[in-house]
Amino acid sequence: MTETTEFEPNALVRINVEVNGRAVSEEVSTRLLLSDFLRHQLRLTGTHVGCEHGVCGACTVHIDGTPARSCLTLAVQVDGCSIRTVEGLANADGSLHPVQQAFKECHALQCGFCTPGFMMAVAGLLDERDDLRTAEDDSIREDIAGNVCRCTGYMNIVSAVRRAAELTNEKG
Amino acid sequence: MSTRQFGARVQRNEDDRLIRGKGRYVDDIPLEGALHGVFARSNVAHAKITRLDVSRAAALPGVLKVYTHEDLGSLDMKMPLLIPHPCITHGRTQYPLARDEVFYVGQAIAFVVAVDRYVAEDAALLIDVEYETLPVEIDLRRAAEPGAPLVHADVPGNIAANLVQESGDVASAFAKADHITSITVHCERSTAAPMECLATAARWDEVSGELTVWDGTQAPIGLRGALASLFDLDEHAVRVIAPDVGGGFGPKIHFPYANEVLVPLAAREFGRPVKWIEDRSENFVHMTHERLQIHDIELAATRDGIVLGLRDRFLHDTGAFIPYGIAVAQVASCQIAGPYRIPNILVEFSCVYTPTVPVTPYRGCGRPQANFAIERAMDQLADELGLDRFEIRRRNFIQPEEFPYTRPNLIFADGLPVTHDSGEYEQALRALMDALDVDAFKADQQAALEQGRYLGLGLSFYVEGTGLGPYEGGHVRVHPITGKVFVNTGLTTQGQGHATVFAQIVSDQLGVAVEDVIVVEGDTGVYDWGVGTFASRAAVVSGSAVHKAAVLARKQLIDAAANMLEANPDDIELSDGRAFVAGSGVDGVTLAEIATASNPLRYAFNKAAERATQFAPAARSDGPPLAEGAHPGIEATDYYAPPHATWAYGVHGAIVEVDPMTYGIKIHRYVCVHDCGNMINPMIVEGQIAGGVAQGMGGAFYEKLEYDEDGALRNASFMDFLIPYATEIPHVEMIHQETPSPLNPLGIKGVGEAGTIPVAQVIASAIEDALRPLEIAPIRKVPLSPSLLHSYVTEAGLRK
Ligand code: FES
Ligand code: FES
Repeated sequence: MTETTEFEPNALVRINVEVNGRAVSEEVSTRLLLSDFLRHQLRLTGTHVGCEHGVCGACTVHIDGTPARSCLTLAVQVDGCSIRTVEGLANADGSLHPVQQAFKECHALQCGFCTPGFMMAVAGLLDERDDLRTAEDDSIREDIAGNVCRCTGYMNIVSAVRRAAELTNEKG
Repeated sequence: MSTRQFGARVQRNEDDRLIRGKGRYVDDIPLEGALHGVFARSNVAHAKITRLDVSRAAALPGVLKVYTHEDLGSLDMKMPLLIPHPCITHGRTQYPLARDEVFYVGQAIAFVVAVDRYVAEDAALLIDVEYETLPVEIDLRRAAEPGAPLVHADVPGNIAANLVQESGDVASAFAKADHITSITVHCERSTAAPMECLATAARWDEVSGELTVWDGTQAPIGLRGALASLFDLDEHAVRVIAPDVGGGFGPKIHFPYANEVLVPLAAREFGRPVKWIEDRSENFVHMTHERLQIHDIELAATRDGIVLGLRDRFLHDTGAFIPYGIAVAQVASCQIAGPYRIPNILVEFSCVYTPTVPVTPYRGCGRPQANFAIERAMDQLADELGLDRFEIRRRNFIQPEEFPYTRPNLIFADGLPVTHDSGEYEQALRALMDALDVDAFKADQQAALEQGRYLGLGLSFYVEGTGLGPYEGGHVRVHPITGKVFVNTGLTTQGQGHATVFAQIVSDQLGVAVEDVIVVEGDTGVYDWGVGTFASRAAVVSGSAVHKAAVLARKQLIDAAANMLEANPDDIELSDGRAFVAGSGVDGVTLAEIATASNPLRYAFNKAAERATQFAPAARSDGPPLAEGAHPGIEATDYYAPPHATWAYGVHGAIVEVDPMTYGIKIHRYVCVHDCGNMINPMIVEGQIAGGVAQGMGGAFYEKLEYDEDGALRNASFMDFLIPYATEIPHVEMIHQETPSPLNPLGIKGVGEAGTIPVAQVIASAIEDALRPLEIAPIRKVPLSPSLLHSYVTEAGLRK
């Protein structure tokens, strides 16, 4: 039997994570959300919070290479993991990631609030599917249906997904 | 000559920051040592507060204070009724924190200030409140009936305001008619749900004594005024900044929300920055709502389908308070006749209190409801007279030569009678018919039916009074060091691309690259004359003001350059960031050099300044360095006040397929023909329309705030309140038509709300057309759930 201990909301735990390629060692309270850890403790405010219920996808980051909701993850859970946020999307020389380039070219953002989460989700999708360049609208729409955008009506985001695939292809 | 930027698909100036995660929304502002606020809110709809004990919460470690209304001093006062109107006989607004009574679920009762948000939320749960609940009536129709429980004990019948407007002579029109049709339509209550919820941060500067507030608002200048007044400060001592704002869609035009009062108050008391960031569940019960109206509309027509008269009586749900006056209802009442000539109109509305979240404009602002009413009625009239739905509309359009077309005595939100300024309505309708190939569709529909498939075509024609006054300003200055152009307005942007479209306008006048025009707005410390972002007015009103200011700055540049180059002003051209003598082949002078030379200053900070000294002086004056009446630098401000609203319009159509078993709907095509006058940037216009249509789809199919009979909001989360994902939105085909507005120098009309307005009717009309073989009863309500559709089909069966 495992021993149960009293829940200590404000107990501090040290975590070691790699964030956008940089090693980070921080004390965090056990109940701190990963989204809050990134935003307020590391001041990486590019990751946004739209619902804190795991529904909107605005808070999407990559944990060990896979898109995940940072509002549904506790900071302590990512001890030993590697995290990538929107701030880590562009290349070291400042040139844009294909997803960023495509979002700009296709006017796939308006207010920009959903955009970082959306781009992280699409970046993950590009790793997963290599047929996006020629994919039908409906299949792209299915694949991006984990994120909410209230501004664009999605049309230009669908185009941006295809364009990002094209740019990835050109590069690679 | 550089190519004209107005009308070009220019990529956005604002994007680079936003895609790199360098946006600055309120919660991103780094404020060292900030405290965090959390509200405790009522969880009952209407009650007397019999006990409010915050001692347990205040005792929690990490809590600095728990405010109740008793702690507010002079701020314990009713918030302003922002837009008064003589017809508001019983205007009620709320206190920042409830006193002894609550009026809706979500009303703020106490405000906890703690070291962080986690602790503040813990504390809010420790607040002890006891209520003596009072009876409530949530149903709008019943709330307006005699004997209904009252929201405010001193407001008889729950009626806040009642307005009757008559244009023409409706009684005689109805007496003359061959045919009268009537229908009752109902649009449900919804919420804008911007992706960024409300947010406020404040800091009092110890040194200057100034208050700075960062706020996700659409009206920083208005909020600045409200705060100066509430806190008894001179205006210059309050700076309100709307930084990046994650979507607005209307409710962020309202102020002051309780947070906009409590956050600055706490920041002053503790001498530390304070932040309050609304969470999503809270947003559902706190940020203002819109849409619930019930219209009883009648049309009186000849047997040829010419509509002689219109009578509309509607109830408008204003929630528990009416802080924004009758704006939504008034706007609805003024677009009730749509694009049709209809010379005799009687429209009457009552704004009804219900124990729910207060109502202020949400994208469309009453227009979607009015569109649903008139267009449902037109469909029904066509049906009853055996006329085609396109043809009946065509017969009633205001014709191009009839503009300006005024509806006497029908007074719009700008205090002026409705006057449609320009349009080619029939041409738009024709474009839609061609795009949908209506005749071919009829054959397809028949063929499909033979296979047991139900296809339908729907349409909706809308008009939208946009670009309301009173005025906006534009400020343009050429930076002497960098030569870039700095542009300001009194507006805010929540994603509409102001930093690009205003830059395009300036670029054309000053001959600079769009990316060298820096647009800063939403900061009262930078520019503070103006009204705010609402009513699809930014491009029209501020765009025109920016244009006028740029024209002035252009003249200054040309005059200064002519002096410097010792040339005739008529020969000076501005292009690629330089002024030069046309055809001379000479380099001329850069904007930075002109701006530097126009400022009689002693220092040469950079090369441009050094070079500027090689030219003749920028100003020809034998007297003092600045001639009487002259100002240093290249700088101009101008204003634009529209004579009245400008009327955009369009027609949307769709082809849908309805599954007769599940009532699942597939949208095969969605086509939008629209006319917003001259387009500054078609890419941005299309984005506005696509986003608007998506919100309209939400309203047509999904978005309904469900209050139970006790007044609790049952679906206050994104899990339960359905907003569309990519899978719910069809591809939207767009056809642009550009009929310039004669009212402003650029011929612009607004477009921000256009996409949203007609969608509910398009869908209703298409589904009705598809299910005609099943003799579906007229669709009278949105959102259209499968069960609601089923009830319309069975209703028809029952009627037989
Ligand atoms: S904020 Fe994490 S899913 Fe919405
Ligand atoms: S761009 Fe505003 S929510 Fe997507």
